[in-house]
Amino acid sequence: MFFYLIRRVLYAIPIALAVGFVCFMLVQIAPGDPINAIVPPDAPQELVDQVKRDYGLDQPLPVQFGLWLMKVVQGDLGRSLATGRPVWSDLSSAIGNTLLLAAAASLIGFIIGSVLGGLAGTFRGTWIDKLAVTSAVAGVSIPHYWLGMVLVVIFSVQLNWLPAMGAGPGGSADWAWDWEHLQHLVLPAVTLSVIPMGIVTRTVRGIVAEIMNQEFVTALRGKGLTRWGVFLHVVKNAAPNVLAVMGLQLGYLMGGSILVETVFSWPGTGLLLNSAIFQRDLPILQGTILVLAMFFVALNLFVDLVQTALDPRIKRA
Amino acid sequence: MSLRRMLLAALPLATLAFAGSAQAQGTIRIGMTAADIPLTHGQPDQGFEGNRFTGIPLYDALTAWDLSRADRPSTVIPSLAERWESDANDRTRWVFHLRRGARFHDGSEFNADAVVWNVRKVLDREAPHFDPRQVGVTATRMPTLRRAEKIDDHTVALFTSEPDSLLPINLTNLFMASPTHWEALRQRHPNAEATWNAFAATPSGTGPFRLTRFVPRERAEMTRNDNYWGERARAERIVLLPIPEANARTAALLSNQVDWIEAPAPDAVPQLRARNMQIHQNPQPHVWPWQPCFLESSPLRDVRVRRAINLGIDREGLRTLLGGFMQPALGTYPAGHPWAGSPSFQIRTDKAEARRLLAEAGYGPNRPLTLRVQISASGSGQMQPLPMNEFLQQDLRSIGVNVEFDVIEWNALFTNWRNGCGHASARGAHAINVSFSAMDPFFSLVRFYDSKMAAPTSNNWGMFNDPRFDRLVSEARNAFDPAERDAALSRLHAAGVDEALFIWIAHDVGPRAMSPRVRGHVQPQSWFVDLRLPSIQ
Repeated sequence: MFFYLIRRVLYAIPIALAVGFVCFMLVQIAPGDPINAIVPPDAPQELVDQVKRDYGLDQPLPVQFGLWLMKVVQGDLGRSLATGRPVWSDLSSAIGNTLLLAAAASLIGFIIGSVLGGLAGTFRGTWIDKLAVTSAVAGVSIPHYWLGMVLVVIFSVQLNWLPAMGAGPGGSADWAWDWEHLQHLVLPAVTLSVIPMGIVTRTVRGIVAEIMNQEFVTALRGKGLTRWGVFLHVVKNAAPNVLAVMGLQLGYLMGGSILVETVFSWPGTGLLLNSAIFQRDLPILQGTILVLAMFFVALNLFVDLVQTALDPRIKRA
Repeated sequence: MSLRRMLLAALPLATLAFAGSAQAQGTIRIGMTAADIPLTHGQPDQGFEGNRFTGIPLYDALTAWDLSRADRPSTVIPSLAERWESDANDRTRWVFHLRRGARFHDGSEFNADAVVWNVRKVLDREAPHFDPRQVGVTATRMPTLRRAEKIDDHTVALFTSEPDSLLPINLTNLFMASPTHWEALRQRHPNAEATWNAFAATPSGTGPFRLTRFVPRERAEMTRNDNYWGERARAERIVLLPIPEANARTAALLSNQVDWIEAPAPDAVPQLRARNMQIHQNPQPHVWPWQPCFLESSPLRDVRVRRAINLGIDREGLRTLLGGFMQPALGTYPAGHPWAGSPSFQIRTDKAEARRLLAEAGYGPNRPLTLRVQISASGSGQMQPLPMNEFLQQDLRSIGVNVEFDVIEWNALFTNWRNGCGHASARGAHAINVSFSAMDPFFSLVRFYDSKMAAPTSNNWGMFNDPRFDRLVSEARNAFDPAERDAALSRLHAAGVDEALFIWIAHDVGPRAMSPRVRGHVQPQSWFVDLRLPSIQ
């Protein structure tokens, strides 16, 4: 297991390099110019040239990439072109906020998806099954930014029950676990949870249905176990696969909430990426994507290890 | 538990929540369109929204825009400089007489040393406090300023690269930061860059508000400066919140999370009005045009064609399309503006005259005119470029003009704007649709009409070259008496309208919506607002 862990950590290095390189090149081939983050496009050419020299943007691309890489290796993600603030200071607070949102959405999606999937798998072919499958299809099909806007219209604008935007009355910097702050989390978390809810529902339904048809379940019933007792055995057998799916969903939510965070002005990595894209803020883009990719790799590794712990039949060596 | 019971149970919670978030009296919460708090070190980014919210409230410049009236164009007035004059013996030298008694938020005195220090921060690369990040957003707005010299504690001389009567207007963009506060921070930080970052977190200007809380990307809180040298602000506190998405801003206002939003979603205006929200608008010094190409291959080289297009547009129809949120543009400056002049060519909707002019130029049913226009699908200041351009395409068909669009990404379009219409990036376009600010005559007239400004030097994208206009530009820049300068600019503008050097289409009206509790707001004919004026009940 130890060598497996080391090997997986080493695998992350070429992934990080590839992600960094692809991200760097994507920004270069995108329309516009990163210098627009610093000087207006109507600036005199000599000023543009001077600022490019100041920021090293006049260097050949391989040199720029190499310089960035050397700094990253030393733990320095650079500074935002637009604000001059260290990338890490903006990124660390954004990651915390996104992690909070993603965890809340995952929890909602996981609980509802597991319940719906479990019921659907247990009562296959009944109206419960059809209802759960319809919910799952709706969950993965409805554009979540649209759902977010609808929820805002209903619960913020019409009913005035929940806030429409932000991460707390004073911003995320003074986050507290009280209702005054938690209410800001409700709508974005519910919005973001619909896709994992749909995916988990379908996954759990399939796995539960498959397990329910296995001989050991018949044997359990034959031994006289109650329905609840059988259900616990089914859950234990389904858990590793469901966990793997949920782990991946958490990873997707970390990087895939750009639209939802923008709709709710939630100050996470999605909103950070959104503004960085529009401002061509290269260091913020590269740093954020790199860290999110590494998070995804780490999450995969974590899920693998938990799967192994839950199901000794799965060997990692 | 029934749904009804659940809802009843939730109501007290919701009530408690709102009681907890009730705002202190005198706090105005503003939802900005920017995705981040504009820079607070004294030279804001985020375009003029930055100047509006973290420039003018926190800092003062030597000169300022008069934002106290809504019924007339905003003009330049004294601020930290009480008066100024150009040196009659050396027109590249200006003398500014500074206001006495103005103090920075840290308590230090504003004086001539502070002016020299602030000029050096963006123009002197050898200065210990030089900040390259501030150069980009500042130097472009003061293209001829070169250096400053102290004459005495309250008098300073500024030098330009060439005679330039527009300098006092340009100087509204150079905000005065406190040298004393910066030097104190410098003792605790390793270099100038780190010091400026620290300065941005605890800025010190002379403005009517001081920054009291700053959460990057989330909020900035400004508290009234009770020691302000001028009229004090009425509101005790201003909270700035970046909410880039228009629907989110609108929802935030409707759900009482903010009291004021910039640029509400146009579709939501009836709903905002139904909820008694105030909608403010006033023409801004902003132009949404088609800028013609004047090369041999362009049909817009012919003044008759340019005039025909200007006459063929139904601007009132376009205004209806935009729900009233535009002002028809009949030139860069509207009639009555000090720089509008008296053009002989009256821009209006006259399709018969447009057809006649096109026929005179050789275009008609047997030889239709086809125009290719480079446009964007979005962009800062671009209003709603797709529906607006599609309206024009349909409208101009009625005078026999076929319009084809080359839709490209906004930043790419902006980059192309500097390349000129002869460049490959123009892809044969006969016009380009890039909106611009018309606050400063350099940016509204000079950079388009002066042949020296032809791309790639500046934004004379159409490569317009006419010695008569070069002379008019020179006259304007060399008219140092304000009345003479205004007269020269009027002649330049009127000549531009007569030659139909643009297809003028719309002025933005800077819509903003606010709670009925906000009182005293004045919506000037400007990109900026005076945050000293509003209060909240």
